[in-house]
Amino acid sequence: MNTLAIAPTPAPGSPLRRFSNLLYRRPNLYLSLLLVPPLLWFGAIYLGSLLTLLWQGFYTFDDFTMAVTPDLTLANFTALFQPSNFDIILRTLSMAIAVSIASAIVAFPIAYYMARYTRGKTKAFFYIAVMLPMWASYIVKAYAWTLLLAKGGVAQWFVQHLGLGPVLQFVLGIPGVGGSTLSTSHLGRFLVFVYIWLPFMILPIQASLERLPPSLLQASADLGARPRQTFMQVILPLSIPGIAAGSIFTFSLTLGDFIVPQLVGPPGYFVGSMVYAQQGAIGNMPMAAAFTLVPIVLIAIYLSVVKRLGAFDAL
Amino acid sequence: MTLAVQFTQVSRQFGDVKAVDRVSIDIQDGEFFSMLGPSGSGKTTCLRLIAGFEQPSAGSIRIHGEEATGLAPYQRDVNTVFQDYALFPHMNVRDNVAYGLKVKGVAKAERIQRADEALEMVALGGYGERKPVQLSGGQRQRVALARALVNRPRVLLLDEPLGALDLKLREQMQGELKKLQRQLGITFIFVTHDQTEALSMSDRVAVFNKGRIEQVDTPRNLYMKPATTFVAEFVGTSNVIRGELARELSGYPQPFSIRPEHVRFAEGPLANGEVEVHGLLHDIQYQGSATRYELKLANGQTLNLSQANTQWQDNAAPHQAGQQLSVRWAREAMVTLHDAVSGEV
Repeated sequence: MNTLAIAPTPAPGSPLRRFSNLLYRRPNLYLSLLLVPPLLWFGAIYLGSLLTLLWQGFYTFDDFTMAVTPDLTLANFTALFQPSNFDIILRTLSMAIAVSIASAIVAFPIAYYMARYTRGKTKAFFYIAVMLPMWASYIVKAYAWTLLLAKGGVAQWFVQHLGLGPVLQFVLGIPGVGGSTLSTSHLGRFLVFVYIWLPFMILPIQASLERLPPSLLQASADLGARPRQTFMQVILPLSIPGIAAGSIFTFSLTLGDFIVPQLVGPPGYFVGSMVYAQQGAIGNMPMAAAFTLVPIVLIAIYLSVVKRLGAFDAL
Repeated sequence: MTLAVQFTQVSRQFGDVKAVDRVSIDIQDGEFFSMLGPSGSGKTTCLRLIAGFEQPSAGSIRIHGEEATGLAPYQRDVNTVFQDYALFPHMNVRDNVAYGLKVKGVAKAERIQRADEALEMVALGGYGERKPVQLSGGQRQRVALARALVNRPRVLLLDEPLGALDLKLREQMQGELKKLQRQLGITFIFVTHDQTEALSMSDRVAVFNKGRIEQVDTPRNLYMKPATTFVAEFVGTSNVIRGELARELSGYPQPFSIRPEHVRFAEGPLANGEVEVHGLLHDIQYQGSATRYELKLANGQTLNLSQANTQWQDNAAPHQAGQQLSVRWAREAMVTLHDAVSGEV
């Protein structure tokens, strides 16, 4: 009668069968068997080491002997507010904000096109095209950009031939944005960050737009909304969770990055490179730990702001 | 009487597929007009052509006398109730209803007042602060209706709006929609694949098949005088008798339709103007208010006979499966059918 192929089941009474029956009767045991390994890995090893690191932020570093002693102090955290350190935080924070905003603006049209106008093979092509840069080593890409942006590099050659040389000189002359060449300017560093983190912004926005039923846009037009109104009233509010998710990536990745700031842009530390320098070259683990707290606090503040804006309401 | 919507030889092609094929319809102002047909018959595409979500490949569409071809949805004085309701999930019910007024620049106080009135009209007063996810299917349906009606459109398009509701709620909404349409006096164009829904609500019904219109008529005429085989079989159930038997019984070579409830068991001598056929009683289905008998005729065709169960006593079925029986009907009850689709209406 039954012609369907059925996977062989263990004979009744076999240990495997009894074990599977046990799991069936006790779903909580089943769940915990699945969850304990990743929780151990994530909870104990990752969070544990992070907390240990942060705890070292309260230790004392002796400038003369270069020795760390476990005498608890708040000196490292108050040192964050010294002008030289606070500059680093501000520089990193403003770059992270600028990069997130620019990524969102650049990513949105691509994500919109992917979600609404492509299907099948074209969509697969776009997915691969967006993720392809992530297959290449990140350091290679950053180095490539130093060459592209260098004096006499492709970018400058291109700008010269467009006759925009004076414009570039003017932009590079703006304090806080410019520098002597593109590759040693804040602008250059900003361009590299936007390039490198862009896929992290495109994909969440694309996913949020993908979930938008076409009938909502038709309903909006049907009720008399012009395309611009439909965009402002329906598409944008409903894609904010995607933009928020993407900006969490771009924001936190920029805050923690220590390679791009070393390769592109003017001298001066970022939070990431400061941590790297403190614990590597100087051996001041407590100060490095104090700096590590900065992105964590900033991201926590950022998430609470984003949440208050209602970004997670539509999830 | 002015025409609310006029289709003249309208076609819409998607690649090689003709979704709508040279359709002409005149929809009167203030009419409850239904477009009935199986899925893929072109009825929804016609609705989308009126709304402006699709543009015709050929032909002309006039809405209240004005050429609508080429106009965007937001330039048309029609509103749509969508099959999936399409409520904006990030707005509360009141903002959803007031949306059409907001984008047209109506002042805030007025649009809130009008939105609340519209919600009142669909018996959802006091639900303004809720989000669409907090409502039941029937309530969302009403919000969608209020959102469309608050703009005071001259034509309201309804795309299978009751499809997602359960039977009881659907019947209740049918009555309410009909009442609302009479009260407001605006044109309703209602797309459905449910023939009882179309018959019970509409002033006139257009029956679609394969992108073309088979017949446009009042529900009564559609049922009593179906023009084509397709209409006879799609609207209600019908016995379509074809071939030699049709010629023998009606005198014409065309197939004809006889409704199961117009067929009765033979009793006494054959009256004038009646025809009689013989067959084997194959199956009996008790359906509550009626009982259906399925006969196999000598030529292999099936003939259905439906007998209303009007007696309150529990009478056992008068016949058993396997019996040879004779059944009769009046000549006038036969409706000659055309197989070809009549393009013009």
